[in-house]
Amino acid sequence: MIEAKDIVKSFEGNVVLDHVSATLRDGEVNMIIGQSGSGKTVFMKSLIGLHTIDSGHILYDGRDLAKMKEREIRELHREVGMLFQGSALFDSMTVMENVLFPMEMFSRQTREEMEERAAFCLRRVEMPEHVWHLMPSEISGGQQKRVAIARAIVLEPKYLFCDEPNSGLDPKTSLVIDALIQDITREYNICTIVNSHDMNSIMEIGDNIIFLKGGKKEWQGSRHEIMSSENEALNDFVFASDLFKKVKQANN
Amino acid sequence: MQILRHIGEYTLLMGKVLRLPDRQRMFWRQYSRELEKQGLQSLPIVLIISIFIGAILTIQAKTNTENPLLPTYTVGLLTRETLLLEFSSTILCLILAGKVGSNIASEIGTMRITEQIDAMEIMGVNSANYLILPKILAFVTMMPMLVIISTAVGLVGGWAVGAFTDIITVHDYLIGVQYAFNPYYVWYGIIKSLVFAFVITSMASYYGYYARGGALEVGRASTNAVVNSNIMILFLDLILSKLLL
Repeated sequence: MIEAKDIVKSFEGNVVLDHVSATLRDGEVNMIIGQSGSGKTVFMKSLIGLHTIDSGHILYDGRDLAKMKEREIRELHREVGMLFQGSALFDSMTVMENVLFPMEMFSRQTREEMEERAAFCLRRVEMPEHVWHLMPSEISGGQQKRVAIARAIVLEPKYLFCDEPNSGLDPKTSLVIDALIQDITREYNICTIVNSHDMNSIMEIGDNIIFLKGGKKEWQGSRHEIMSSENEALNDFVFASDLFKKVKQANN
Repeated sequence: MQILRHIGEYTLLMGKVLRLPDRQRMFWRQYSRELEKQGLQSLPIVLIISIFIGAILTIQAKTNTENPLLPTYTVGLLTRETLLLEFSSTILCLILAGKVGSNIASEIGTMRITEQIDAMEIMGVNSANYLILPKILAFVTMMPMLVIISTAVGLVGGWAVGAFTDIITVHDYLIGVQYAFNPYYVWYGIIKSLVFAFVITSMASYYGYYARGGALEVGRASTNAVVNSNIMILFLDLILSKLLL
C-alpha cells in the first residue's frame, strides 16, 4: 500500500500539487485521472521519487520516502515496476535482453534460471517466441507495451506504475493491455497505479480512482461510483463525450 | 551563472559515475563493447588521417626548410616531432571529439528523451555509473594505443613521400626520424591523450545525460559536447604543455 499524505509540490513558485492525500491499495488498479495540466504526471513522479516534494509524506507500506537516503531509494525502486508511456525499452537490446536486464542487475539466480523466468514473463504477456530475439524497433507498439510489462514484473514488484499505458494504441490493443494490467494486479496482489485520461480504461479497470483538478484532489471512488457521482467537475471530465453522456443517461 | 551551473552539474554527475559498479559482470560486458565501439571503430579514421597528415607534414616541412644551411635530415625530424608532440595527441583528439563525442552525446541524449534512463533509475540502477563509466574507461584505455598507432602510421606517410616521390630521399628521412629522439615525448603525448580522452567522454556524457526535450535538443547536446570539449582540449593542451615540457 502507498499512502500520500498532504503532498505539496511546486515549480518556481507555481503550485502543481496542493495538499493532495490518497491511499493506493494492494491488489487494486489505482487510477490517477484528470485533464492535461491537472498535476497527475507530477503526482505519479512524486510518488515514485523522481520529483522531490515540498512537504507531505509518501509512505510505502509505512516507509517514508522523504526520509530515505539515495541508496535506500534505489533499494525501494527494486520493488517497483514501471510501464512508461513510450515503453522505454532499451533499443540496443533484444526483447529477451530487455526482460533479462533487471535480473542481471539485481538477481543472484543462475543464467538458466534468469532465462526461464524471463521466458515465463514473456509468455505471461503473450509475446510469441519468435519475436524474443528481435530488437524493440522491429516489433509493434502493442508488443512493445507487453514487453515493457514483462520487464516491469520480472522481479515480482510490490508496486507497479503505468504512465498512460494506452497512449498511441488502437482501441482493441488498449483493451488487451488493460486486461493484462488488471490480471497481473490481481494475480500478484500488486499495488498498481495507472495515470490515464482514457475513459475506456478508467471504466474498464479502475478499482480506486483519484480525480485531480488544478493540482487538488477533487474526487476519489470506484468506477461504479463514477456513474452516480454528483461531482460537477468529475462529470464534466468523465462525460465530456456524447457517448459517455448517453451511457450515463441510460444508466440513470 | 550558467557556467557555474554546468560545473556544478558536471561535478555531481561525475560523483555518480565514478563509483564501483553495481554488477561487475555487467560492467565488464559494457566495457568490452565500448572498447570495440569507441576504440576499434575509430581505428579506420585514425589510420586514414594519420597517413595523409604524415605525408603532408613531410612535404610542407621540405618546402619550409629549403635552405643549404639546414641538414637534409631536418624534414624527418620535424615530421616526427610534430606528430609526437601535437598531431597524434591533440589534433587527433580534436578529430575524435567529433566522432566519439557526438556519438556518446546523441546515444545518451536519445536514451534520456525516450525515458530509457528514467526506466533504469526506477529499476534502482545507477544509470550514470552503468552507462558512462564503461565509456570513459574504455576510451581512456584505447586512446594511448590510438596515439601510438597514429604516430607510427604518420611516420609511414612521411616515408611514402620519400619512397614514391623525389621530394626527399628515404635515407635522409629515416635519419631525421631517428635523430635526437627523446622518449619522453612519447610519454608526453600519452599523458595528454589520457586527459583528453577523459574530457571527450565525460563532457559528451554530461551533455547527453542532461538533454531535455526532443530530437532537436539531442542534436544541440551533441553539438555542444563537440564544441565545448574541443575548447577544453585546447585549453588543457596549453596547461599540460607548460607543465610537462
